[in-house]
Amino acid sequence: MLNDSDRIFTNLYGFQSWNLKAARERGDWDNTAGLIKKGSEWIIEEMRTSGLRGRGGAGFPTGMKWSFMAPQDGRPRYLVVNADESEPGTCKDRDIIRNEPQKLIEGCLLAGFAIQAKVGYIYIRGEFYREAERLQQAVDEAYASGLLGKNAAKSGWDFDLYIHRGAGAYICGEETALLESLEGKKGMPRLKPPFPANIGLWGCPTIINNVETIAVAPTILRRGGEWFAGIGRPNNTGTKVFCISGHVNNPCNVEEEMGIPLKTLIEKHAGGVRGGWDNLLAIIPGGSSVPLIPRSICDTILMDFDSLKAAKTGLGTAAVIVMDRTTDIVKAIARLSKFYMHESCGQCSPCREGTGWMWRILERIAKGNAKVEEIDELLDVSYQIEGHTICALGDAAAWPVQGLIRHFRDEMELRIRLAKAEVAHA
Amino acid sequence: MPKMTINGKEVEFEAGMTILQVAEVSGVEIPVFCYHPKLNIAGNCRMCLVEVEKSPKPVASCAMPAAEGMVVRTNSPYVEKARKGVLEFLLINHPLDCPICDQGGECDLQDLTLYYGPGVGKYKENKRSVSEKYFGPLIKTWMTRCIHCTRCVRFASEIAGTSELGGVGRGEHTEIVTSAIEGAIASELSGNMIDICPVGALTSKPYAFRGRSWELTKTDSIDVFDGVGANIRVDSIGTEVMRILPRQNDDVNEEWLADKSRFAYDGLKSQRLDRPYVRNNKGKLVEATWDQAFSAIALKLKDAKKERVAALVGGMVELESAFVLKQLMLSLGVKNIDCRHDMSDYDVSKPGHYRFNTTIAGIEDADVCLLIGTQPRFEAPLINARLRKRYFQNGLQAALIGASYESTFPLEHLGDDAAILNEILSGKHSFAKILKNAKAPMIILGEGALTSTNGSDIHTLARAIADTHKMIRKDWNGFNVLHTSASRVGCLDIGFVPVKGGLGTREIIQKSQKGLMDILYLLSVDDIPPSALEKPFVIYQGHHGDQSAAHADVILPGAAYTEKEGTYVNVEGRVQRAFKAIFPPGEAKEDWKIVRALSDYVDGGLEYVNLDQLRHAMIAEFPHLKVLNVATPEAIDASKATDQKDVKGKLKPTIANYYMTDPISRNSLTMARCTQEIIEGKWPKLGLIGE
Repeated sequence: MLNDSDRIFTNLYGFQSWNLKAARERGDWDNTAGLIKKGSEWIIEEMRTSGLRGRGGAGFPTGMKWSFMAPQDGRPRYLVVNADESEPGTCKDRDIIRNEPQKLIEGCLLAGFAIQAKVGYIYIRGEFYREAERLQQAVDEAYASGLLGKNAAKSGWDFDLYIHRGAGAYICGEETALLESLEGKKGMPRLKPPFPANIGLWGCPTIINNVETIAVAPTILRRGGEWFAGIGRPNNTGTKVFCISGHVNNPCNVEEEMGIPLKTLIEKHAGGVRGGWDNLLAIIPGGSSVPLIPRSICDTILMDFDSLKAAKTGLGTAAVIVMDRTTDIVKAIARLSKFYMHESCGQCSPCREGTGWMWRILERIAKGNAKVEEIDELLDVSYQIEGHTICALGDAAAWPVQGLIRHFRDEMELRIRLAKAEVAHA
Repeated sequence: MPKMTINGKEVEFEAGMTILQVAEVSGVEIPVFCYHPKLNIAGNCRMCLVEVEKSPKPVASCAMPAAEGMVVRTNSPYVEKARKGVLEFLLINHPLDCPICDQGGECDLQDLTLYYGPGVGKYKENKRSVSEKYFGPLIKTWMTRCIHCTRCVRFASEIAGTSELGGVGRGEHTEIVTSAIEGAIASELSGNMIDICPVGALTSKPYAFRGRSWELTKTDSIDVFDGVGANIRVDSIGTEVMRILPRQNDDVNEEWLADKSRFAYDGLKSQRLDRPYVRNNKGKLVEATWDQAFSAIALKLKDAKKERVAALVGGMVELESAFVLKQLMLSLGVKNIDCRHDMSDYDVSKPGHYRFNTTIAGIEDADVCLLIGTQPRFEAPLINARLRKRYFQNGLQAALIGASYESTFPLEHLGDDAAILNEILSGKHSFAKILKNAKAPMIILGEGALTSTNGSDIHTLARAIADTHKMIRKDWNGFNVLHTSASRVGCLDIGFVPVKGGLGTREIIQKSQKGLMDILYLLSVDDIPPSALEKPFVIYQGHHGDQSAAHADVILPGAAYTEKEGTYVNVEGRVQRAFKAIFPPGEAKEDWKIVRALSDYVDGGLEYVNLDQLRHAMIAEFPHLKVLNVATPEAIDASKATDQKDVKGKLKPTIANYYMTDPISRNSLTMARCTQEIIEGKWPKLGLIGE
């Protein structure tokens, strides 16, 4: 359990004002110039010490990412913040932007300085209309107080921050598709290599980070990487905002320690599963892209990257989607499949053709209108998509289906048999 | 050189190569759909996945740079399964209508499915169908077959330089569309999309449902619709040309072909001259035998004063015919011979004066280019493609003096008055500075300048500009003349120009109009003013009943370029051979044979009994014609231009309508459709879509 004193997002729920004055009272922008004076190597080293892993889903160590930036060669360098939060079940970035925008803005300045970028872009999801307005107000406030622009926060570093609204495509949350979209093109992921740290926005070195990753950076730097590393478990350090939704009594966002038991998280913060823990069917622990886990695993699993990976799922964005026994689990996953079909950019063959195929089979299985062998075919299709595509959307589409078959194959077979029996009976 | 291992075999490679390229040079085949060596890498078909040691996922070999010590497997069960998977995905929404698909037999999807694909499909859902798109009169679409490799989109935006194609929609609703709702794709290179489409989504509209690839007789030939000398393959069945495709030659056309060259072949089937005609005493052309036709000519020639006889050669004639015609005329004592029927007249005493000396591939070394009175987009679309390619390589700085047009690469228009050249020579013009600072500058002098009344002066002036800016030196020759006709450079090489004391085209025409010429021998010349043909006795030898044939007194039916063997010399001076694909229609004969036969009637003294003899004689006289397929290096000459004069006058465009420039394209229905839709902008009604 996280101590209140270790909480980073002290205004996550918006009980206090979001504006600059209130944010400063909460400790934001405290001695930012001093942190910058320590130099970019110090910042990157401190981030490395903290063990912070990217909060966008992939969990790549942030300090390492920043240190991969191409060496100075005269090209401009860019910081891009990914606020295209579209992963079903995830709503942490929205609350950060609503209630703690200054943390994000200060983080942008620090991260921008660390990678020696003078310009930052925040690519915000198109549907976050009010959030974009508020973020713009917060940026304007920061400019007015000299925290951004020339000699930002009196640090001697010039830093401009721009907000760019997306047009509502899930794929634009993929970092290279985001860059394409930011450049004004169709949001389609790029081939890697080259990686954005070398050839990114407008062909220049670019670092792309999630909102939460950037927003926790100032506090980590102020309190020290050691402090952050002391929270959570080894290799899975620090605090994390969990988004608990679905069949719980009290759906909420909550900042907690990494590695907290899933059961504790739900019982303590979300008021428990609707109808009690025994009524639990399955949980998707990290946003729609990760495989679900059945109750038996939920009992003991810890919420961090490595524990969930060992259970063949993932922490993802830490969006905990709880499903109780009233859920039609096949239909639920079929709906997710439809989502991925709809959001596939259509660039590479396996994802373009395969996501629709999986959805169609799942729809039929959900109705029982299928053969038992088709479950294996479905699994085979999902394996043919996974890992064969340019970006991770193919994997994200395949995993929920694989999770379903792994844990609920009986349910699927039963449904097909029952439907057949019904037909025979009639 | 770094080394890597492919399928257990160690291979060396050059840094910067992709895995796919390394595999290719080491003889390992990796199947691809979206990859095309001449286009940017898209990496979207995922067909080229290979297994790379220490990589958790299979890797798209077309996009992954090869690295030292990499261990790659392309034939493991893991890779085979991935390929099978990709093929199955591509096939689930593909209609599998191979029996009625024009691509059948030459389809990448068909071939790769045979070698790498699953035996049966598992897909049981309904297939997707996609509405047809209208790409114009040349390209037929069948978009349900599309596998979204985006080769066509990349070709359009990278090579052709039009942004009319793109993908809209997302996921399985992705469709390739044109930005013009009903318009044709306005590009002179659009037909190449048919070639690069790996499936039957884009096929040739004129060729639709006409033949199967395995029924075609394939003959290597050379294109004659412009001066580039693109390498082509003529596909024929029986006596009919079914289609024309490019052959790869990276020095000339890479693997592209211009639309007129590709699609004008249907003009070979209409308005053909298939028997000799002689004008009778009532002034009517009547059918005749070869004997009657030759006798009529002999009768006229016997009494004619030789200084009142002239012979001209047209733009599509192969070298052999021009050579025998020249020999015949010389032996008859005729001095008025000329191959520049466009009335250009300038110093052609040295090959360097009239060739494209930089060479087409050499454009890829240039950094500044000055176009004078030329519109390469219409006069030589493939040279235009090279210029555009160079622009993308190093930002080629190009400027134009002459009639402005819509270029496919950034082109600064300096004006259309030739007087600007004076300023450039004297260094007063701002572009002179750019030329001065350039490392490899080039000038392209077009027929828009050379055919103007002071073309000769412009030519001298341009050479002087080349001299003063050090464009002609040992390692670089930046002086280029761009001709629009296929026969021109060859005919100049063999000296088909007025013999000392003879008349050039301009004088011949002027004298003819005044009635001061008695006999005009036109070897496929169709673009001279008809008024010149009224008074003299006109002998027309050619393949189409076009402008000149109507005014002729004797018509000798010749063969079109697909119907004869021949040698062509392209603008660079590259000697290339074409082969005979089909026979000429009716009684028409190969042109050199006609001249040879006429020789017997007029005591011309030609004794050739076959083409080999003729070629031997030609090569004996012009040894450089022996060396095939190289741009002749002797073209470099550093002779200084002297006594240049100031010039002025507006430079006019050479080509009014790209799609109709010669007898074949003027008689082509396909080219007429292009004219209607692309030049005149009259698009067919919606009902005709998918016709």
